[in-house]
Amino acid sequence: MGMTMTQKILADHAGLPEVHAGQLIQAKLDLVLGNDITTPVAINEFEAAGFSKVFDTDKIVMVMDHFVPNKDIKSATQCKQCRMFAKRFGITHYYDVGTMGIEHALLPEQGLVAPGEAVIGADSHTCTYGALGAFSTGVGSTDMGAAMSAGYTWFKVPAAIRVNVTGKKRPYVSGKDVILTLIGKIGVDGALYKSLEFSGPGLSELAMADRLTISNMAIEAGGKNGIFPVDDITRDYLKGRVSREWTAYYPDPDAEYESVVELDLDEIDCTVSYPHLPENARPAREGHDVKIDQIVIGSCTNGKIEDMEAAANILRGKHLADGVRGIIIPATMTVYRECMKRGYTDIFLDAGCVVSTPTCGPCLGGYMGILAEGERCVSTTNRNFVGRMGHVKSEVYLASPAVAAASGITGHISHPEEVM
Amino acid sequence: MSTAHKYGDHVDTDVIIPARYLNSQNEKELASHCMEDIDAGFTKKVKNGDIIVAGLNFGCGSSREHAPVAIKASGISCVIAKSFARIFYRNAINIGLAILECPEAAEDISDGDDVSVDFDTGIITNSTKRKTYRAEPFPEFIKQMIADGGLMASLKKSQK
Repeated sequence: MGMTMTQKILADHAGLPEVHAGQLIQAKLDLVLGNDITTPVAINEFEAAGFSKVFDTDKIVMVMDHFVPNKDIKSATQCKQCRMFAKRFGITHYYDVGTMGIEHALLPEQGLVAPGEAVIGADSHTCTYGALGAFSTGVGSTDMGAAMSAGYTWFKVPAAIRVNVTGKKRPYVSGKDVILTLIGKIGVDGALYKSLEFSGPGLSELAMADRLTISNMAIEAGGKNGIFPVDDITRDYLKGRVSREWTAYYPDPDAEYESVVELDLDEIDCTVSYPHLPENARPAREGHDVKIDQIVIGSCTNGKIEDMEAAANILRGKHLADGVRGIIIPATMTVYRECMKRGYTDIFLDAGCVVSTPTCGPCLGGYMGILAEGERCVSTTNRNFVGRMGHVKSEVYLASPAVAAASGITGHISHPEEVM
Repeated sequence: MSTAHKYGDHVDTDVIIPARYLNSQNEKELASHCMEDIDAGFTKKVKNGDIIVAGLNFGCGSSREHAPVAIKASGISCVIAKSFARIFYRNAINIGLAILECPEAAEDISDGDDVSVDFDTGIITNSTKRKTYRAEPFPEFIKQMIADGGLMASLKKSQK
């Protein structure tokens, strides 16, 4: 029986000629990631186990991104614990205030992940790197702590759903609309324990920024990972970022898929996921009645320069509606600087928005944009669970940067065409 | 006496332990906010050994291990659900929180029922309704990991 992309990567990392869905394997890891919330717990486990060294100082990445610059004494203490550990063990890739970015935007940008690699991260959105043709998945802190010592971990080889992408993207449609539509189709547990493997002629329509957003939210369908085949778009993105050798894995012609989902880009319009599950996807054009108090543009899902560009193109020369607060968060320092160079920062400020240095802050209701009771936010983040951005009676509507920006201008959920 | 506390589908880790409390790793402190955003009275009513019963995709969302830690530290001895989100599933095993997938039990057990669980056999007994349900018991390697005291202890043993 043939193997999927994911199965081939796992087989190679397990040193096995082949693997099949459901098989338990131990696989070598190319990278182990943690952030300022999950790493302290991993460090506690690592130290409690009495480990004295890490498996490879170049293959552990620690990114202080959730509550930085630190929002309170407790978060400062957590970062300090990570900082001291990184120094003590000589962790090469430790990113703190000034160099950090939101982890899943930072790692691809810095060339820390290449196709065919196997990555775990103590953060659920670690599945982002599937966009590059890597196998990457989220785990917990204990898994991270163990892997920092061992350099390998156990996996159950996932079955796969093939997502066949066809057609052409419509104006203003981005990767966010594609993934929200997909989650709307298959549900928040539609890919539970499984791989989402993307294929089809429509992939040429999806830029790397789109793919990163799509893979990022595979977890919101319950997926273990979401992976794209390597093509010219991938190779272009890697130029100047990754110089080490890497391997492209393609599915066998007789690879087994549990099901095939058809995604016709021609049929996908700007999409908004209503509270309180990402699967509640509806057309942005039908959101007139939803009055909003805030927009957030940023996060590991939509904080890339292309996302800033999409927002700037809508907000240029316009202003937020009365009573709407706009919070824009470029995901990395590189994106932050590029926004200034290209004049996006001025566009945002002129529109009445604030621009923050990178942080996960509002996405998870940490700080920097918490909602009060009854408030509504159109956000480019990835989750709209109860209380996710603040009060349990607040509401988060997930959308693309273009839709969030347009909604900020009108004061209600809007398709970008409404303001352009 | 293990009382069942019943919840619906897609109970996410944000409602199990809201991110505003993730500036702490203290399990007692985390437990004091367990389930706060879905059931504000949970910490007051939960007793040692009680059981959580839920629907599909329990523990979806963030990878925060603080979620199973908060549940375990609040005194819950087992979570029974129709299905679990995969990261939560891994985390629960790694930190030694017992979990069982059993759609039949998850459907049938009502809030407040007196329920007991035999982890060796996977048999769940509902004394209130006088019924039993059968869940798939853990495979051997997971049982061994739990017997060793969790993932870390197990790894330490294998590296000796």
